[in-house]
Amino acid sequence: MSVKRCKTGKKEEGLKVLTANRLIDGRPVWYSTDGNWSRDINNAAVVDNQQAWSCLEQVGRKAMANNEIVDAVLIGIIEHEGKLYASRLREHIRAYGPTGSCT
Amino acid sequence: MYRYDEFDKAFVAARVAEFSDQVKRRLAGELTEDEFRPLRLRNGVYLQLHAYMLRVAIPYGTLSSRQMRKLAHIARCYDRGYGHFTTRQNIQFNWPRLVDIPEILSELADVEMHAIQTSGNCIRNITSDHFAGVAADEITDPRPYAEILRQWSSLHPEFSYLPRKFKFAIIGAQTDRAAIQLHDIGLRLNRNAVGELGFSFYIGGGQGRTPMVAKLLHEFIPVENLLHYATAIVRIYNLYGRRDNKYKARIKILVHETGFGQLREDIDVEFAALKRSERYDLTLLQADIEAINAYFCTPDLENHPNGRDTLVSLRLKDQAFDCWVDKNVTRHKHPDYAIVTISLKAIGGIPGNATAAQMDIVADLAERYSYNELRVSYHQNLVLPYVALQDLYAVYNVLVASSLASANIGQISDIIACPGLDYCSLANARSISIAQQISTRFSRPGYQEKIGEIQLNISGCINACGHHHAGHIGILGVEKKGTELYQLTLGGSAGNRCSIGEITGHGFAADEIVDAVETIIHTYLSLRIDHGEPFIDAYRRIGMMPFRQALYGTADKTAAE
Ligand code: SF4
Repeated sequence: MSVKRCKTGKKEEGLKVLTANRLIDGRPVWYSTDGNWSRDINNAAVVDNQQAWSCLEQVGRKAMANNEIVDAVLIGIIEHEGKLYASRLREHIRAYGPTGSCT
Repeated sequence: MYRYDEFDKAFVAARVAEFSDQVKRRLAGELTEDEFRPLRLRNGVYLQLHAYMLRVAIPYGTLSSRQMRKLAHIARCYDRGYGHFTTRQNIQFNWPRLVDIPEILSELADVEMHAIQTSGNCIRNITSDHFAGVAADEITDPRPYAEILRQWSSLHPEFSYLPRKFKFAIIGAQTDRAAIQLHDIGLRLNRNAVGELGFSFYIGGGQGRTPMVAKLLHEFIPVENLLHYATAIVRIYNLYGRRDNKYKARIKILVHETGFGQLREDIDVEFAALKRSERYDLTLLQADIEAINAYFCTPDLENHPNGRDTLVSLRLKDQAFDCWVDKNVTRHKHPDYAIVTISLKAIGGIPGNATAAQMDIVADLAERYSYNELRVSYHQNLVLPYVALQDLYAVYNVLVASSLASANIGQISDIIACPGLDYCSLANARSISIAQQISTRFSRPGYQEKIGEIQLNISGCINACGHHHAGHIGILGVEKKGTELYQLTLGGSAGNRCSIGEITGHGFAADEIVDAVETIIHTYLSLRIDHGEPFIDAYRRIGMMPFRQALYGTADKTAAE
């Protein structure tokens, strides 16, 4: 069980957050500053160096082993006007939901 | 319709109990995700971008009002109030909680439905003609044979761990409405010179990253030998199909690498051995076929000889109704009846999506006007197979009130599209938003009618669930340097003249692709012989060059790349 690292855009390479899907319902969650898994990407703990990435990877491995979450992955992030945005569209859609209405 | 016997009931109930226990053990931490993943996939449960996704089988696309109501109930109580009908005649729920899935499966079992064979490397849910049993051009109803194949393949111990997934499609009509040549095995029922019923077997078709049109393996296998021959093919595939590389594991690659002649020889040897086998008798007895046939008998359709006159006068009075009949109503084998296709392609809507309320309304319509029966087409629309001509106007009015009366079957807004990057974890680009923009772009009155018959298909990645290879216009979403890019193909076709689309040239950005489609349409409109020449015919006549010229300013393939 390992935590993957997602491709990031070059400029934002340093800023990362840890995301996963919650085991019970599959909803995307982000590891947050208060040590819990939040449903809101804006609560995510943002880290910017190798040591902190490794710490987050460890958190992800532990949470997977505890069956709280699945598929933990470190993703690149952009901070803009106080809000967090994932670098990749895929992750952006995970964070902010499908881009159209439901029907 | 087929009704479960004791065996079906028992095995579905056993599977629900087994999976419920597996979910419980997973939630309790007794199973790891690596252990659980193959188990959930065997029960149609995927983990997508926003939640788990449950894919429910609708065998050969046939379901009852009662079953449709159950799907609506599941959408309402366990999901977000809608479901997505797929290009394999199934339905997907995008938001169920893992913890609720055992209960959902148990509710489905109450109406003889399940999620078995909707995932994994097994023989998948068998697809068929959505007009089966009612089409005017039909030789015989293929569904009894689809049901026989379902029973044969369900949890077949020998074929539960194939090199890759394996897809069958079966038709019994002249017109191929099930894209049989894009399946691992495509079956066409026909009669030989002395009137006996049998199957033409096509093998090695498929889409994905290596699209191929299936080849005719055998012109005529008598119905009694259906299972011998199907077993022989799948057995040879199971033996020789590649397991070292999942991109080369489908039977189409085996056909390609082994050589068609050699593979046919291997299959024929196996076929002969199976026919001789006393231990493993797969002969279909006439009595067994008749027993299954009985489930699919045409209901006693009352005659309504005045229906035609009523219809003619209503069409004259109501232009919108006239247009809807023209596009969405197909000739039935009974002269007083019609087949109604309910479009799930509202302008600006999501192809294949229906709300719980719409599902209930369609179930009510089927109950009242279509002998309780419904179909799902691989084009992601719904079908009422038995509507009396005299009832068409009543059905239409209910559809209008429910936003289900889009008169666009076979038009440019009748788009086949997979969920793409809005939901699917494998996607590279969005499909839905492109479909929405295209249908909106062509929605002004008269535009679609002017363009005429055309099939536009969109996939969000090379897996091709949106059948882009088979679209007259195909759009494939890819990711390039972190952004969505859309590759165009032209000339694909899924019907009797099956073909794989050819790439036009370099791809287009998300904000360019709709303009590019319109450029193709304008080119077609300017070059077609007349309104009677559909897009695909015009393309076959004039080829790629004028389209490439219009898109890239050059007719040269390399320069356009
Ligand atoms: S084609 Fe790709 S993006 Fe679309 S549903 Fe299939 S796997 Fe997902």
